[in-house]
Amino acid sequence: MIEHPKEVVTKALVRLVQAGGHKVALITLDNGFDHTKPNSFGPAGLRSLDEAITAAIEAKPAFIALTGKPYIFCVGADITGIPYLTSREQAVELGELGHRVFARLKNSDIPTFAFINGAALGGGLEVALHCHYRTVSGGAAALGLPEVAIGLVPGWGGSQLLPNLIGVPGAAQVILQNPLTQKVLRPKQAVELGVADQLFEPADFLERSLEWAAAVVDGELTVQRPEVDKDMWEGVLFFAKQQLDEKLHGAVPSANKALELLALAKDASFADGTAAETQILADLIMGDESRASLYAFDLVQRRAKRPVGVPDKSLARKVTKVGIVGAGLMASQLALLFARRLQVPVVLTDIDQARVDKGVQYVHDQIDKLVGKRRLDEGTAARLRGLVSGSVDKSVFADADFVIEAVFENLDLKKQIWAELEKIVAPEAILATNTSSLSVTAMAADLEHPERVVGFHFFNPVAVLPLLEIIKGERTDDATLATAFAVGKELKKSSVLVKDAPAFVVNRLLTRVTSEIFKAIDAGTPLDVVNVAMDPLGLPMRPIALLQLVGPAVAYHVGETLHRAFPDRFAESANLKKIVDAGLPVMVDDEINPEVAALVAGGSAPLSADEVRAQALDALAQEIRIMLDEGVVAEAQDIDLCMILGAGYPFHLGGVTPYLDRSGTSERVTGKRFLPQGVASLPA
Amino acid sequence: MTREVREVVFVDGVRTPFGKAGGMYAETRADDLVIRCIRELMRRNPQLPPDRVDEVAIAATTQIGDQGLTIGRTAALLSGLPKTVPGYAIDRMCAGAMTAVTNVAGGIAMGAYDVAIAGGVEHMGRHPMGEGVDPNPRILAEKLVDPSALVMGSTAENLHDRLPGISKERADRYGLNSQLKTAKAYADGKLQPDLVPVALRSAEQGWGLATADEAPRETSMEKLATLKTPFRPHGRVTAGNAAGLNDGATAALLAGEDTARELGLPIAMRMVSYGFVGVEPEVMGFGPIPSTEKALKKAGLTIEDIGLFELNEAFAVQVLAFLDHYGIADDDPRVNPWGGAIAIGHPLASSGVRLMTQLARHFAEHPEVRYGLTAMCVGIGMGGTVIWENPNWDGAAK
Repeated sequence: MIEHPKEVVTKALVRLVQAGGHKVALITLDNGFDHTKPNSFGPAGLRSLDEAITAAIEAKPAFIALTGKPYIFCVGADITGIPYLTSREQAVELGELGHRVFARLKNSDIPTFAFINGAALGGGLEVALHCHYRTVSGGAAALGLPEVAIGLVPGWGGSQLLPNLIGVPGAAQVILQNPLTQKVLRPKQAVELGVADQLFEPADFLERSLEWAAAVVDGELTVQRPEVDKDMWEGVLFFAKQQLDEKLHGAVPSANKALELLALAKDASFADGTAAETQILADLIMGDESRASLYAFDLVQRRAKRPVGVPDKSLARKVTKVGIVGAGLMASQLALLFARRLQVPVVLTDIDQARVDKGVQYVHDQIDKLVGKRRLDEGTAARLRGLVSGSVDKSVFADADFVIEAVFENLDLKKQIWAELEKIVAPEAILATNTSSLSVTAMAADLEHPERVVGFHFFNPVAVLPLLEIIKGERTDDATLATAFAVGKELKKSSVLVKDAPAFVVNRLLTRVTSEIFKAIDAGTPLDVVNVAMDPLGLPMRPIALLQLVGPAVAYHVGETLHRAFPDRFAESANLKKIVDAGLPVMVDDEINPEVAALVAGGSAPLSADEVRAQALDALAQEIRIMLDEGVVAEAQDIDLCMILGAGYPFHLGGVTPYLDRSGTSERVTGKRFLPQGVASLPA
Repeated sequence: MTREVREVVFVDGVRTPFGKAGGMYAETRADDLVIRCIRELMRRNPQLPPDRVDEVAIAATTQIGDQGLTIGRTAALLSGLPKTVPGYAIDRMCAGAMTAVTNVAGGIAMGAYDVAIAGGVEHMGRHPMGEGVDPNPRILAEKLVDPSALVMGSTAENLHDRLPGISKERADRYGLNSQLKTAKAYADGKLQPDLVPVALRSAEQGWGLATADEAPRETSMEKLATLKTPFRPHGRVTAGNAAGLNDGATAALLAGEDTARELGLPIAMRMVSYGFVGVEPEVMGFGPIPSTEKALKKAGLTIEDIGLFELNEAFAVQVLAFLDHYGIADDDPRVNPWGGAIAIGHPLASSGVRLMTQLARHFAEHPEVRYGLTAMCVGIGMGGTVIWENPNWDGAAK
């Protein structure tokens, strides 16, 4: 019998209640903790539900209803138990256990209801789908089947029940599209899609649900569900597969398997469909992709919230006013972010009034847009507008505790600004730089108080990308660093501590890949060949599209910085220089610009796509090893976190080092793995 | 400006099942109880546009924690009423909800409101009587009142002292009768229509649903005779002839009669008059007698005009004092036909509206009755009485 030795058991508590003149068996899922530790199903939890269903049936109620603890219905399988599954047989057993227990609700002669009072994800939604009817509270935070995002499939009946309940287009949205775009369903959407039959307000959700269920049982209410259209089944799935392949190039096994299961759901019996689910789930659980995904999920959920190597937060100083040097696009984005999250005065400066006005206006326009999209209420908007101001006179920084510069990437200019500022601000005021490649240590070198200088490297667009690289200069002190991390947390960013090293983490690694790509181009490999070289990894962007996003000039600039630092590994590319000089867009209408393709020239040793990829991966492994040896970050986990949050590297690669390990690249190139076997891969 | 005083009507009232302190509502918030009542009132009267509610007056004796924060306003917001609907908190101990009703009725009569919600809540499990009180030391130093005046059970013992005709045995019999009447009312399905089911959370047992009062119990004169007299050795007041410690909430909808007709709201009772009067705090149970005198006088009625009584049974002795005063028999069928607080429970500030809701039901069943009254004794020596007219009165009999 499978066990999860550290399972926080979600118990199923049965209570008999009177509702609408009926005896009702009400089952509550509750793990005994508040909503911050949601209900989930491990082996013991499933057995508890099994017993509860037995007790409920024995009481011969008019109906059986399943609900959750406050705010949480159930968020699915307890994935912390997966590392304990060391054989395929165990994985099969877990699948079968869930199927057997949940099926009792589906096969029950007594009507069964799920009252989805709170978040219902994965196996939590699947158990609800087994019930004959569902109500959902307008206060439920999220509904969804996010398994594909963590390398699995809905394996407790969801892939078979959902398409036959709401049709295959909706099921494909819930099972594939939403997980891959990090989306979930809101309660209203869930009802519109047909996932739940009835929406009730949270204030009296359970009372109304019980009353509604009694009316259904009495035949006073008939639940109407549209008939599922089976004719379009294959067509929808064909289209979904096309879309997936276009994006992921077949690199995500869980997505492909979910498609197979959806196809099967059309005609297969429930028994056959769920048996297939069990086998596929077991295969995925016993595959490196799911293990890497779970590792990545854990990084994002946990490590991102508790950065490693950070001084105690009690050292952090209060930030009551923020200064921003510069009023350009980046500076204005920062102003909005700081004002929104810190809710303190934010003041922008620039060299002339016109620039300042433009920067402040940008912030105001963005606030209006947020109000328009109902992301901000008018009261908060008024407050934010009042918080953001601008000036041409840097003396406005005198009482700021935190000043960040976002001016042109030029060391002398930045040094000059800091020197000027030091005469204005208090000696303890933090001076932060948003540089993406310059040395924080060098920038602080001539200051009277270099210990208060720190790097604060955001990713564009600032409001969207969750990563913040916080760079410790040689002389940065603990209070400064603690304050920087406290601010990062308030900004709702995931901060990673990075040593002052050229281009830090994400830009250094992306530039290394770009450098390899251009090496191949310089050697004569056509653009369209290099462009598809990385496809089998399922990265979010192809290399040329990424170059377009970053901008060839910026890429070239960062490349230059890294070339100066590490000339052996970061080559200068004549072709990249040509592209920058020509000033042409590298992509036009989502295609490589033919003019650019015609521009690149030279080289007599073209590589195949596979060779390009192999070189790029080897280079990545080499660079990461060097970075870890140099102590740029504390551990490989930080590299992966940075690549996931800053570059959108996918979960199934575990960021990147799990993939380099499992493909044998790291051992071949550097002589050892980045992570021990079992951390982001199957146990040895 | 000139204005006419408007007729004030009781449209509808509901309550939660009453729990025993430490019982079924142990893990349920007080404000959630009153919110359930407000939502149910609105749901039972869909013809009332929510933005037509002009006031939400909610009573609680202990206005802290989940009974604090201006509970009338917060409960209105949490009930989903529009933000434009104001609310306030109100306190007159046991007569809290009754005072909420008379307050908003005054506002309706003078034209400040058209429609108002009045109710009360007391979660005596979470907020035991006397929680956080700080009596002025002058009360003792200047012998303003006897210290026993602050302990309600002791005031009931004092009342027994002054009324030797009311024996423990008679009080017990009254208590037993209350239980029997309530049991019969439940069996006949009389009380259930007023109840709002409440979802109950228990960390140990999971969710449940409260659908009936928790306090009513089977008992007998023999059993009652064995109960302790916690307020005095060899005293007379026991858990069997007094209301218990309870959790519960009530709410009622009141309106100007013209507005009720405009909106098509039912008219269950028409307010005739009310009176609040102070008495010696040591024998607060006397309170309903002078308050009834006052209300009758204001209405130009006599006790003979009253065909139905809903008297709060804080203590049997206090009801018996009232009945003796007016020469009404202990088991007069006009009095508390479905039992009272001794059986059902008395979550202090909420009880006033329960009396009214039940009187409204009696009115519907008794078109031969023209007037009824609701009365209750109040801590620190007060009584409150509201006299109501039955709109169903057929004029055939008085």
